[in-house]
Amino acid sequence: MLAGLRGSNNEGVLALVLVVIVVAISILNPVFFSLTTMFSIMRGSIVPLIFALGVLIVIISGGIDVSFAAIAIFSAYTAVKIAQDGNFDPGLIVITLMAACFGALLGLVNGAVIANFRLPTLIVTLGTQGLFRGVLIAYVGSKYIANPPMSLDEVAKTNIISIVNEQERGAFLHVLVVPVIILTILVAWMLKRTMFGRAIFAIGGDDEAARRAGFPVVRIQMMVYILVGVLAAVAGVFHVTLGRNANPQDLVGNELDVIAAVVLGGASVFGGRGSVLGTVLGVLLIQVINNSLLLAGVPTAWQRAAVGVLLIVGVGIQALSAKRKTKRSFVTAQLGA
Amino acid sequence: MAKAYRALPVLEVKNIVKTYGGVKALDEVSMALTAGNVHCLAGENGCGKSTLIKIISGVEQPDSGSIYIDGKLQEKLSPFSSIMAGIQVIYQDFSLFPNLSVAENITITSQVAIRAKLFSASKAKIAAATIIKELGLTLDLSAKVEALSVADKQLTAICRALINDARVIVMDEPTTALTHTEVDYLFDVVRKLRERGVALVFVSHKLEESLQVSQDVTILRNGKHIISGIASEFDRKSLTQYITGRDVSEAREITSPVMTAKPLMEVSHLCSSGAFNDVSFTLHSGEILGITGLLGSGRTEIAEALFGVRPAESGTIEIDGQAIRVRTIRDAIKAGIGYLPEDRLTQGLFLDKSVGDNIIAGSLDKHRSAFGLLDGEGISKTTQSMFDRLKIKAKSVSAPVRSLSGGNAQRVVLGKLLANQPKVLILNGPTVGVDIGSKEQILEILRNEANLGRGVIVISDDSLELVSVCNRVLVVRQGEIVDTLTGSQITATNIQEMTTA
Repeated sequence: MLAGLRGSNNEGVLALVLVVIVVAISILNPVFFSLTTMFSIMRGSIVPLIFALGVLIVIISGGIDVSFAAIAIFSAYTAVKIAQDGNFDPGLIVITLMAACFGALLGLVNGAVIANFRLPTLIVTLGTQGLFRGVLIAYVGSKYIANPPMSLDEVAKTNIISIVNEQERGAFLHVLVVPVIILTILVAWMLKRTMFGRAIFAIGGDDEAARRAGFPVVRIQMMVYILVGVLAAVAGVFHVTLGRNANPQDLVGNELDVIAAVVLGGASVFGGRGSVLGTVLGVLLIQVINNSLLLAGVPTAWQRAAVGVLLIVGVGIQALSAKRKTKRSFVTAQLGA
Repeated sequence: MAKAYRALPVLEVKNIVKTYGGVKALDEVSMALTAGNVHCLAGENGCGKSTLIKIISGVEQPDSGSIYIDGKLQEKLSPFSSIMAGIQVIYQDFSLFPNLSVAENITITSQVAIRAKLFSASKAKIAAATIIKELGLTLDLSAKVEALSVADKQLTAICRALINDARVIVMDEPTTALTHTEVDYLFDVVRKLRERGVALVFVSHKLEESLQVSQDVTILRNGKHIISGIASEFDRKSLTQYITGRDVSEAREITSPVMTAKPLMEVSHLCSSGAFNDVSFTLHSGEILGITGLLGSGRTEIAEALFGVRPAESGTIEIDGQAIRVRTIRDAIKAGIGYLPEDRLTQGLFLDKSVGDNIIAGSLDKHRSAFGLLDGEGISKTTQSMFDRLKIKAKSVSAPVRSLSGGNAQRVVLGKLLANQPKVLILNGPTVGVDIGSKEQILEILRNEANLGRGVIVISDDSLELVSVCNRVLVVRQGEIVDTLTGSQITATNIQEMTTA
């Protein structure tokens, strides 16, 4: 009976863990349980969730991409710099589109190398991460841009829900939550309802079988990495917008949080498994933990440790449940005999 | 009359030649498939069967020769055009997606073929349900394929072939991993496929099964087309002759252990809940003991308990009169037990390492010089002697195992076990997936080892193999030894009846 609630990727378990943690922290520190905190966690999830959607797609396809943060800052910084150097302000949408083009291009580099030469994805993206960052700082610019285009500044200050309360801190829900929700729904639809999405699952399940089934495996892998590049670029622009500055040294180094969220969300590092719902829960869980540790006065260094522990626990649970499954099938074979 | 009337072949290949780097994999091979007939394609490993399948499925292009589909010459057959022409190959590994549902696995290739853009899980279910009903099967459509038994995986693969309007289905080793009842069920399905007018190609090492189900036969040897004909004109003996090019004895030929002496190994009241119960038997030096039973009967679990893979919960094991404790694999090896696992490609070999490295991998402890360093001379002596003794067909001991045929790879695993000088040798399915010539040679190796004084346990459901080498056969059903066959009781029919009863 409980098995049904667990979900195909343990999403139920994750949701339960999330609820337990929220309740526990709220009891310890009642300040935590408020609209203010909720909205602030949602705002904090905007960038990591877009990253996580991209990472989810690659992980399902059986690969990994650690260059997404480098792609994000490369694309966003370059787009903002072009606007700044040219002294024009095309607005958030055009800047995002520009960045997305750069992201697609960098993703194509990853995809072309990985799909055509069948190289290990971790090593390739580790390499391109350094490459993208190096090129950004050497050729595009290493200067911190403190005053991005005014239009981004405007967006940064826009909330869709603002509750201003006399006694308490106000609660503000940032407008960029909306495009993130749309993106999330789009990715979920793509993975579940399109042949492209199913092909990603198929390749992650068994790439040789996918080839024999007639899937254009090389092309799909390229598209996966391009898609990750585009998502990363969007996340990069949102990050620049929310932070109201463009810093070429930014983002790279925070990949762990995102990958941990996706893996906690039930995506298998061996490919073929994962869900958008799980990923959303994973991102929220990590945000809640970061946030609550902050409220509890725990130093940032320990937050990193906490995320590391969570990652190992998440992978451990996967391995354990896989083990239990084989044991179960062994027993059913006995009963069937 | 019956012979004169032969419909136009659905698929015909004529005088196919295919060369790989100077070696002729196929040399003037022809074969014609008729709708509603099963065509048995037989031959030893490496005879060119797989190459022929690859050419039919468009994966490889022949150097010369022609391919006709419905009498029409195919200029260039690609994997895609082959599928569109209704040719489906069910590979030995089924090529299914373990992480997807049965319904999706059945429908996904047809969706790829029509270049669909969107996917609907509910429509996939309806389409899959239709085909399953047509064949009268029971499959859980929403179950993930990784949770299925091998037999159900195979049925899923067959359904997938049919949903693509398959007119030719090639089955590569379809019965290797199936039990007797599952094989019977598969043959029922094959009958239904024939009624639908599907032409089937059946590639199998199990000759009587192939003869039972086939109407036509084509035999290849070393890439050459030896003979094609009607199945009823062949029998097991003539098939074997054509396949191997020589006479292969299949008579019962057993070792003669001294059964009165103290047993080499004595197992008493071994229990493991959910796997087997109260298992007791003895094994004498020089004896070959067979353990048979259906898949899931507990036969593999008993072997794994003896070897410490899944230790038993209670019971005793004695070797040479001394009680031993087997908690881990190390304990078992120390006590002188060697085990050949069922799935040796994943469990028994380092495929990219050389033959020599593989042979020595299990017995490095026995090849140490002073200061605990490895004794290079001793190692090369052992590997070379195993290489010669087991007649491994490879360029040298330094050839990678991946380059070997199934039968030869099997000998490397045996070599690895023997290098450790075990007293008791446990072999799980020692000749599964091995062609008939190599099979006979492997059984001969077992007889030799038994004659050297080892005790050998053969776990198998190949009744002919058991008849050929075993002094005694234990029959396992639902985790218990229900009978012990000795002497003249050991016949193929007896074994098959006992296991399924």
